[in-house]
Amino acid sequence: MVDKKIKSLGRIRGFTIQFLPYSEIKNLDSTERIRKILSIILGNNILFLQGRLKTDEEARLIGDTMAMIGHVKSFKGIELAVLNGGDQDTYYDRFKQSIANMITGGDLSAITIIGPATIVKEIKRNPKKIELLLSR
Amino acid sequence: MVVKIIKNFFKRIFSNIFKEKKEIKLGFYGPPNAGKTSLANRICKDFTGEELGVVSKIPHETRHVQFKEKVDIDYKGKKLMFKMVDTPGIATKIDYEEFMKFKVGIKDAKKRAKEATQGVIESIKWLDDMDVVAVVLDATENPYNQVNITIIGNLAAREIPVLIVANKIDKNKADVKKIEAAFPEYDVVGISAKFGNNLEEFYESLFKLSKKVKR
Repeated sequence: MVDKKIKSLGRIRGFTIQFLPYSEIKNLDSTERIRKILSIILGNNILFLQGRLKTDEEARLIGDTMAMIGHVKSFKGIELAVLNGGDQDTYYDRFKQSIANMITGGDLSAITIIGPATIVKEIKRNPKKIELLLSR
Repeated sequence: MVVKIIKNFFKRIFSNIFKEKKEIKLGFYGPPNAGKTSLANRICKDFTGEELGVVSKIPHETRHVQFKEKVDIDYKGKKLMFKMVDTPGIATKIDYEEFMKFKVGIKDAKKRAKEATQGVIESIKWLDDMDVVAVVLDATENPYNQVNITIIGNLAAREIPVLIVANKIDKNKADVKKIEAAFPEYDVVGISAKFGNNLEEFYESLFKLSKKVKR
């Protein structure tokens, strides 16, 4: 059964998974952060970023990605997902989390996954599970 | 001092009486093919008799921001004037080959893809100009999509009132509860823009939300 599943996967294109600690982008401004992220993605890497971008940076990342489609050869965009460990139920938990975020300078309980659309077909996200579907 | 207070009092009264009725800019945001234009069309048709844009099964049919001004919506005797702003669907990837699956020729597919990327950029730029936003989601799709979360997060950061519309409730796979669970802090209204189901609840929520608009 497992063999059959592995066979059905076929050949997957080469890619690298790169982990970026938040400290690497903490002191960068929004433009530099996005430039750094996009340079990693354009190198056919799947990026696991500790923490998450600000909401306006996420929107800007989408906008900049769109601007690159058609200008960068075979670039079709990105797949993006943020897994937030801060989905707490109570206000007290959220308050504690916001204090922790203030101290660390970002939401370090989250993890952001970004991959080029040519490699990552889809990131299926449910509240407690994340699936990375790769393109062949 | 007393004269100044009296002067300000009358100034406020007269400015309120003669103030021009201001339009509320209502934006329709969401991922492609969720039914933003269908909903905007339904509202425009109901209150002006004219539609706003073209609807199609092909994603990214709306590739430019389109408006309809001075749309007076009448609900239970109350009237509000809206400027309807229908925006292109926001996506993180656009592949011209996807359009070819809908029997679009390669040249046209490439043109559509180029326009669609510009449309996404345009939609994002327009976020700042909205007074109130209806985030239209396809109720048959997984709501835990980063595009949805990013749009709503950006609206929240700008303190723009948001109403989440779970569209396509006429379909068997539709799951409004899943959308409610994904966005517990927001008012979620399940509708079918195509068949006009549950629009009364939509208008009620829209009027309630419009009270929060900063003028």
